Amino acid sequence: MTIHGSREKGALWPMMAGALAGLAALGLAACNGDTGETGNGASADNGDGLVRFNPDPYPSTYTPFPSEIVLIQGATVFDGIGGEFENYDILMQDGRIAGIGEGLTAPEGAVIVDGRGRYVTPGVIDIHSHLGVYPSPGVSAHQDGNEITAPVTAEVWAEHGVWPQDPGFDAALAGGVTTLHVLPGSANLFGGRGITLRNVPSRTVQGMKFPGAPYTLKMACGENPKRVYGGQGRAPGSRMGNMAGYREAWQRAVEYRRAWNRYWDAGDADANPPTRNLELDTLMGVLEGEILIQMHCYRADEMALVLDMAREFDYQITTFHHAVEAYKIGDLLAENDVCAAVWADWGGFKMEAYDSINENLALVHAAGACAMIHSDDQLGIQRLNQEVAKALAAGRRLGIEVTDGEAVAWFTSNPARGLGIFDETGSLEAGKRADVVLWSAHPFSSYAVADHVYIDGALMFDREDPARRTVRDFTLGQPGEGVL
Amino acid sequence: MMKSLISAAAIAALSFGVAAAQTIAVTNGRVVTNTEAGIVEAGSVLIRDGVIVAAGANVAIPAGVETIDANGGWITPGIFHPHTQLGLIEVALEQSTSDASAPRASFTAAIDVSDAFNPAGGHIPDSRRRGITRFAVFPSTGAGLIGGRGALANSSGRADSLFNDRTFLFVDMSQSGASTAGGSRNAAWAYLRAAFEDARFYPGRFMSHHEGDAINRFDAAALVSAVRGEIPIVLQVERASDIRRALRFARQHPSARFIFAGVAEGWMVADELAEAGIPVIIDPLRNLPASFDVLASRLDAPARLHAAGVQTAYTTISADLYFNPRLITQHAGNAVAHGASWEDAFRAITLTPAEIYGVGDRYGALAEGYAGDVVIWDGDPLEVMSAPVAVIIDGMSQSLVSRQSRLAERYAERVPDGQYGYRH
Repeated sequence: MTIHGSREKGALWPMMAGALAGLAALGLAACNGDTGETGNGASADNGDGLVRFNPDPYPSTYTPFPSEIVLIQGATVFDGIGGEFENYDILMQDGRIAGIGEGLTAPEGAVIVDGRGRYVTPGVIDIHSHLGVYPSPGVSAHQDGNEITAPVTAEVWAEHGVWPQDPGFDAALAGGVTTLHVLPGSANLFGGRGITLRNVPSRTVQGMKFPGAPYTLKMACGENPKRVYGGQGRAPGSRMGNMAGYREAWQRAVEYRRAWNRYWDAGDADANPPTRNLELDTLMGVLEGEILIQMHCYRADEMALVLDMAREFDYQITTFHHAVEAYKIGDLLAENDVCAAVWADWGGFKMEAYDSINENLALVHAAGACAMIHSDDQLGIQRLNQEVAKALAAGRRLGIEVTDGEAVAWFTSNPARGLGIFDETGSLEAGKRADVVLWSAHPFSSYAVADHVYIDGALMFDREDPARRTVRDFTLGQPGEGVL
Repeated sequence: MMKSLISAAAIAALSFGVAAAQTIAVTNGRVVTNTEAGIVEAGSVLIRDGVIVAAGANVAIPAGVETIDANGGWITPGIFHPHTQLGLIEVALEQSTSDASAPRASFTAAIDVSDAFNPAGGHIPDSRRRGITRFAVFPSTGAGLIGGRGALANSSGRADSLFNDRTFLFVDMSQSGASTAGGSRNAAWAYLRAAFEDARFYPGRFMSHHEGDAINRFDAAALVSAVRGEIPIVLQVERASDIRRALRFARQHPSARFIFAGVAEGWMVADELAEAGIPVIIDPLRNLPASFDVLASRLDAPARLHAAGVQTAYTTISADLYFNPRLITQHAGNAVAHGASWEDAFRAITLTPAEIYGVGDRYGALAEGYAGDVVIWDGDPLEVMSAPVAVIIDGMSQSLVSRQSRLAERYAERVPDGQYGYRH
């Protein structure tokens, strides 16, 4: 339960979809070039003889599983962007949403699924998971989520610690999770890069990587960094030290970026390039707007300081994670286009979580900021629909008007926006990836379970079919094999 | 300034409670009796002097009594959480605010949570607001695998809310207990056997020398009531083999009474548990091989235990035991989603906990002679979107205000910075 444990590990541009897609398409433009390898991590030049680095050296090899044409008929459909439609059909074809509406015509060969009495949402997206880096079983050898050796480790990447055989992925799938963002923990001021994954079985993490999803950078406020390092007699030992640590690193990144830009602008192939620094590569990516900041921060006053720091160094925070006190500064979040990813009801485990209230998510939403649920937990990820239901019910009791359809966005389109993948997933719109959950009952019921889970149109989980179930290697031959 | 306001509100709530202690009726709701009467539609509950005098259909409500109209909602016994550390922990990571565990203590079985239990614990009001009226208070293990003795309390916040002390003994025989015993399960069982012997031969063994084989004289004295079966022993065990070992220990000590907690793999030995008549406390949400002790965890474990006839109560240990005991209704709802009947699941958070602690004739049901602990809900209590609209403990209406509800109300209305904190 400390920073090693689930609840201690831990930014959207509420970017409009277009802006995001643009950034993703650009890749790491500043240090980008062709991806032809020349060794030493450097890419082939652009014909100008200048040194540039490959921004994607561990590329996604994800390919969608085989899919059929599927028509779900007569369900209540939440489109993930506010809409709720009775007696609607969803057509999936070639892995994409091919249609959403009433009385769709079944193409030849389509599998017809009777959705009457059932509910459809986009696939669940968890913006805060440590599956794979803190896998089950949680033995000491599996603690790969925190590089607790220095407070600034922007050079480490969560994908280098993800164990694709974590049985937690299977359980999350049964809970409707189609996409998840795995982050380093929160021991460090800069914990390292996060990675967005498709929730599919694969022998390699590359086989799970969401194609084209932007990289992210985990940062952490508050108690964790100062406790971990202060306890060793090192900086940071206080919240003052936390801020000093971030600022010192950002300043180095500003200078690093300047050095590289000067080198590239000079265009002199004979000039010595600046020395590469893996840590500063990541920070520079943030300054370029290509890597999204996902920042663990509990207290309202700290988030306000961090917002000023982002202006000081000219970068954008995408989402504050945990954000237990986001409800106190919903207006500031809205003004700064920063989202909050929160729990429904975790709190009390440390002082900065003391002011946790169930109404947090709804209050942030009501203030006009983008808000979403997150799990940070291998059990919570299995029922993010219920977590949203609790947050919604609490908000309504406080008099906040939110429709069910708007609340479904809290576990679908808003986290997709927070990860820069909304163009691809997070809503049921024609042309998007067919990431779909068919629920047995209203997803805000305790009794609802995911009957079908589709990823890119492929039926990855079918509650009625024990054969249609992913089983990670670890559980093979174990008493828990294939059970939910 | 805020402090004085809160105190005033609390005092007002208490005095209201006392005034209401005479006769109170709850009418016009779906009454879950937890008795053979089952669920009664359009029923009522009548409470006099803190005790239920009638519940169900055709309850005659005397004229002029204070009446709460459930308005078609659900009327249930208060939730009885069998496994909390409410009143012991304020902020888990702040050792100065926690009395749950004492790793450097000189004592084990002699530890008694009623010495530290704080009825005004900061997380009790929000538990009450969510329908919990009674709860067990557990020590953690600290200096050894014997954690100490637990108690039972209500959530009224009143000074006398702890109503049963030295109720059970908590012993951890899972992997974590083994680590406190020196590093292996073998050592843990040797320690427990020795501690039992120390208690069995108390005080004679301590006449000539003051130390027992495992525990000191004072701990042995405290362990006697558990060894004799006067109070049950809550044994934490997870792995199927550990549960079988514990069953063997129970057979070897027929006078002692046991409750097994944890029991992630209990479904694999459900028939043996049922045959031994040993109740269990399980978290319905644990379903991952989170450790090598719990490889067979599964969501339908509660359903399987119920089906085998094991007396089964639920807990929230996968969330926590001090801030989120209030999630127990969600945990029960998920048991239903995975095969348990609604009745079994609801019983597992009301009457069954009362029964396993020996107070099932007083708490956990709506029937004549039971304590007037009643919750009125705006919907099915196991649904995550439902919540209590009224909570009654011992016939007294309770405040549904908590620190969290105050924070929510404060920030529901955006206050200009210049007025921050002074308006409410």
